[in-house]
Formats: sequence, structure tokens, C-alpha cells
Amino acid sequence: MDERFTSALSLLADYTSQHVLLSAAALALGVTISLPLAVLSSRRPRLRFAVLAVASLVQTIPGLALLALFYPLLLGLSALTARLFGFNVPALGFLPSVLALTVYSMLPILRNSVTGLLGVDAAYLEAADGVGMTGRQKLVRVELPLAAPVIMAGIRTAAVWTIGMATLSTTVGQTSLGNFIFSGLQTENWIYVLIGCAAVVALALIVDWTLGLIEVAAAERGTARVIIGLAVLVLGAAAAALPLIGLQARGYVIGAKNFSEQFILAELMAERLEATGYTVERKQGLGSAVIFRALAGNDIDAYVDYSGTLWTNVLGRNDTPSRDAMLDELTTALRERYGVGVLGALGFENAYALAMRPARAAAAKLSNIADLAPLTPRLKLGSDLEFLGRPEWAALKQAYGLRFGEEKSYNPTFMYRAIADGSVDVISAFSSDGRIAADNLLVLADVKHAIPAYDAVILISPRRRNDETLRGALTPLIGAIPVERMRQANYMLDRDADKATAQEAARFLAASAGLSGR
Amino acid sequence: MTAAPLIELANVAKSFDGGRSYALRDISLRIEAGGLIALVGTSGSGKTTAMKMINRLLEPDRGHVRFEGAAVESLDAPTLRRGIGYVFQGIGLFPHMTIGENIGITPQLLGWPKPDIEARVMELLDLVELPRSYAARFPDALSGGQRQRAGVARAIAARPRVMLMDEPFGALDPITRDTLGSAYRSLHDRLGITTVMVTHDVQEAVLLADRIVVMSAGRIVADDTPGALLAGHANPEVSALMAMPRRQAERIGMLLESSDRPTLRHSPHG
Repeated sequence: MDERFTSALSLLADYTSQHVLLSAAALALGVTISLPLAVLSSRRPRLRFAVLAVASLVQTIPGLALLALFYPLLLGLSALTARLFGFNVPALGFLPSVLALTVYSMLPILRNSVTGLLGVDAAYLEAADGVGMTGRQKLVRVELPLAAPVIMAGIRTAAVWTIGMATLSTTVGQTSLGNFIFSGLQTENWIYVLIGCAAVVALALIVDWTLGLIEVAAAERGTARVIIGLAVLVLGAAAAALPLIGLQARGYVIGAKNFSEQFILAELMAERLEATGYTVERKQGLGSAVIFRALAGNDIDAYVDYSGTLWTNVLGRNDTPSRDAMLDELTTALRERYGVGVLGALGFENAYALAMRPARAAAAKLSNIADLAPLTPRLKLGSDLEFLGRPEWAALKQAYGLRFGEEKSYNPTFMYRAIADGSVDVISAFSSDGRIAADNLLVLADVKHAIPAYDAVILISPRRRNDETLRGALTPLIGAIPVERMRQANYMLDRDADKATAQEAARFLAASAGLSGR
Repeated sequence: MTAAPLIELANVAKSFDGGRSYALRDISLRIEAGGLIALVGTSGSGKTTAMKMINRLLEPDRGHVRFEGAAVESLDAPTLRRGIGYVFQGIGLFPHMTIGENIGITPQLLGWPKPDIEARVMELLDLVELPRSYAARFPDALSGGQRQRAGVARAIAARPRVMLMDEPFGALDPITRDTLGSAYRSLHDRLGITTVMVTHDVQEAVLLADRIVVMSAGRIVADDTPGALLAGHANPEVSALMAMPRRQAERIGMLLESSDRPTLRHSPHG
């Protein structure tokens, strides 16, 4: 069987169980908050207007953005609780995901519940008063049962939305079936994407179907069927929680941004730690703005970042010292300001670079960015999703006076496609990217040294900075990965045919550095 | 007048628009135990408003309502209502409950033991002449008349001393309406309860009630026995209203006399 397929299957149970738990928690919370709120709203027109307006507004925020918004919110809360009560609220992973999903699930439940409650025929309300029901009895015995079909429809909609939306929680470090989709998209591993989607669809259908069954059974007074349906849901959630009990044995958390090289390096670090007998949790696909703060906040213990990125984004510098000087200053500054440890450089650079197809470059007789500058108004630039907003791009533009006729952003995979098929003329490449060699692209030299060096460095969280096990397991990686090896490893994931998994690429790196064997 | 009346409204006023117009203008009414009293009048005369004051479905703006001598506002509304049967035109049988559960709802709210409730439901189905098997049916499986019988059964389930009925038979066809009306009257006599019935149908009031209270524009304009009111009244509006059944009967009588003449409807053919 295909290696990607077997590796996907080995991850399926874990991803599914985390996905189920996350969705179940969010939905349960959503129902718990929305139902009482809907009851109150159905009695107070002003509150109803406000609640439904806010819920509708929240719904228009893109899901990804909503998740990202909860992260800084929780960071602030975490800082507050740390100051007041001496403990940190985790700002990454389960909590922001569950909160965002809960907020998202509320609109359909609220709207349907309010509609259902307001739609109850006045004759039944008068009868309820007439037979001597109290307000609460009227609600529980008459209004809610009569509104139940409409309320239930809202809950089913919310369930399907939540299960679908939960895939996005991967971006804030919560493992879900979205891990298949995000890592699959990055590495063009369509088997992963397909398995992720299929699992989400199956899950949503099963839950929707079970809820439908409960609804019909309740209406027909099939008590046994209601109990069976509820049991399916409860046992499903319980089964999902089962594997997590083992995970509670606290191990290390390794983070990764959302591209192949990061997946491979995270896997490499994780396997070395696991070889020492510790459990390791992998938080992959984190946004590059989120990941450093996550490390500084001890939400993750280690990850690989790049010196130039830290230099400009974290330290806010725009000068470009030499590689070694930058590393030295970075090490001191990160420790002093954030308590973050720089373990060392892996030995390769992943710099931002501009690349072209050689034929195109030869035709224009250019070999570096300075030659390129006068031609840019007639050229199209393709970049990854971050590049155009980064200080490096601003520095390049300013240093060389670049003014491209058109600038487009792509997911990295599609960016390489775009240059291959001529949709764009120049791309923002990464120097360690396997596809540069594979696609035979020409990297244009930064002759003015406008952008800093990008040495890959291992960063360690403040809490683990002096952890001997962690340092011991990761130190052998320092200086052990030359750029050619990294390109090769990256290409194992990025190539179109015969794709390898991050695990396989990580083992290749380990073996080539003489570090294999557990 | 030995003791306080069972129900008393004293100078009751009610406005639904903050005082610009009044649905009830200082009405006073004493209802003694045992009778069937009909509140009649045109739409908007205030008859339903007056009745709903008794079980606190509405609260007066001014004046006092007393039930068994106690001011109703001093009583817990649900407790008060559990002691008063209530039947209205919409019936409001709960569609998600069986007929048995509907009939047994007030005893259940009062905390009767389950076997007592079940026995009472059977007894009531017999009383309103519905088959016992209907206890397991849902309201939508019953005809309009059967539903109204069930509605009456639900109202008297907890053995109330007083029944309030708001156009109880208004939505039924004439035959069912007549049958149910007289069936209720005999039930009323047998159970010895006091009934306040709101109706716009003077004929129904004359045939069923011991006492008729005529209301107009939020005031009581006449209050007497059917016989006395039929004989005539100083108020021309009341006289005209009370003359309605007789005038209709005379018109029917005229039709009957001329019935040997062929009519459009019964034209012989062949």
C-alpha cells in the first residue's frame, strides 16, 4: 500500500478523536449558552434584536480570522491571570478553538430557537395559563416541546457547521482532521487532503443523521430510540476522549509553521525526543506570527525559526548585519526580552530570494536583482501568502526600486506552478526549497544585501530553556543539516510523484547526518 | 345576602392603551355560587376582559376582584387558575400531548398520584361522552366537537368550583353547538359548579343561562334572568338585543307557513 495512505491511516484515529472532542465541546457549549439566551430573547424584543444582530455579525467574520482573533484575546487573558492568580490560561490549541467554534455555532441555534419559541400558537399559551401552569412549566411543558422541531433543525445546522469549521483549528495549534487538509495542501499530498475531507464529511453526516433520528424518535415518543441515539452521541464523544487520557502524561510540544521544511524538522526533533522515551505532541501548521508568541508563552517547547525573520519581525530591526553577528545578537536579545533560548543554527539558510526561469533570465540578460529592477513594470511577481506584507519585501523594493506590473499571492505550492506555466515571471522563492533545483530555477542574487540572513535556528521556550533532556536530544542537530540535504528532504515532500511523508524525510535527514538509530 | 359572594368585581376598570380608551369602565358584578351566568354583548363590549379578571389572565387597572372573599391579586396566579376551570374558543388542547395527558394536566400540576389521575381521566371521558380509547389519541385525530368535549373535560378535571368559558362552542357547527350546549348545562347542574360563560349568541345565553349580564362599551347595561330580559328592558339597545331570538323565530315561522309554496331550494322536478 502507498506509504502516504498507511501514514494517514495511522494518524486518522488521533485526528478524528481530537476533532470529535473539539466539535462536541463547542456544540455542547453553544447549545448551553444559546438556548437560555434564546428563551430570554423571545421574551424581550430589544434583547432579541441585539443578540441576533451580534450573532449574525460574528457569522460574517471568516472562520479562520475568528480563530486567529481568539489567540491574542487569550494571550491577554493569560497575562492577566498570570499576574492576578499566578497561572497561565493556555492561549493556543483547544481553548481558542473551542471558543471560536462555540461563538460560531450559536447563530443557527439562537435564530431557530427564537423563531420556534415565537412561533408557538397563542392559543396554547393561553391554555397553559388557563390550566394553571407557572412560567417555567409553560416553558418546559408547552413552549419548548412545540418549538422543538425548529430548535432541533438549528442544532443540526450548527453541528454540521461546527464539524466543518473545526478543521480550521489546526492553524491555532489544535489537532483536528484539518491537519490532514492543511499539511496535505502544503505538500500537495492529495491523499491526505482527500482522507481529511472524507473523514469530516462522514463525521458530519453521522452526527446529523443521529440527531435527526433522535428528533423523529422524540416526536413519535420512541423513548428507546431516543436513548439509543443519545447513547451513540455520548459514547462517540467518550470514545474520542479515551486516547487523550494517555496523552495527559505531559511530554514535550514541538511546533511547526505551515510548510514542508517545518513539518520535516518538527518530525525530526519529535522523533529524537521520543527516542529518549518522552511523549511528544506536534502542533503543526501554526501561522508564523502566532508561533513565536506561542513559544514565548510556553504553549510549545521548541520549533525552528529563521534568524532574519526573528530579526525583523520580533526584534523590529531593519539593518542587515553578517550572519554570525546577527545570530549572536539574536541569542542575547531573545533571552533577555522573552526568556527564549536559541539552541543554535542547523547549518542551512532558508532565505527569501527572487527566482526566475533561466530561459527568461537569459533572454533579458540578467543575473541579479539589480539587473531586474528596470524591467519590473512589465513583469508579474508571484509570492507566497505572507511575502508581500513582510518587511523583507519592503526592504527589497526600497533598495532596488522594484515596481512590478502585477503582484499576486499564492499558496507556495501553487506559486511554483504559476512560474512553471508562465502565469508569473518572478517568484519569491525560498533558498532551501527543493523545487528550486527540481524546477531548475535561477535564484537572483541580492547584491545589495537588502535582506538579512535566514539561518534556521532551533528556539526553546523559556520554561524548557535549561531542560537537559530537550537540549541533549536536539543539540546533535546543530550544524548537521547542509542546505543541499534540506533541499533534498523538502523535495521528497514537494515533488509530484512518489511523495514521501514528513516522517520519511525526517529519517532521511537523520540518516544523512549520521544521527539515525534510536 | 348572608355571606360574601363567590366572585365579586368592584369598580373594575381596564385600559389596553394606557388610558386613552377603556375596555372596562368601573363595572361591578357579584356572582353567587351555583348559577350559570352569561355575559353577552357585541364584540368589544368588554365581556371577555371582565371574565379574564377572575382568573387573573388580565389584571385590572383600578378596582378589586375577589374570589371566595379573597382579593385575587393576593393569590398566586397559577394556584388560583388550577382551582378554576377555563374553556375558550381556541380550545388549546396541547398537540404534543395525548387526550389523556391533556385532560390530566391540572391534576398533574397539583401533584395527584398517577393512578388517581388515570382513573379521573376515564371518569371524565365517560362524563363528556367520549370513548375511553381516545385517551391515547392525539388531538389532531379528533373532530372539532370531540376536541371541545375534551377541552371541557380538561377544565373540570381538578373538580373546580368555578368554570370560566369564553365562547366555548363558538367555532362549532350549529347542531354540535346545540348538543354540546345542553350537554354542558346538564353537567353543570350535576356537578353543582358555578359557570361564567361569555357569548355573543343571545339565543345560546337565553337557552343555557340562569342569569344574563348584557355589556356594552365597557359597561354593564342590563343584569337579570332570561325571562325578565325577554319581556323587555328600558334600555333600547338591550331590548333590541334580547328581541333577536324572538324575531328570528318569527321569521322562521313565517317561512314555515309559506312552505307549501315551491321555493328555489326545494323546487320539485320531474
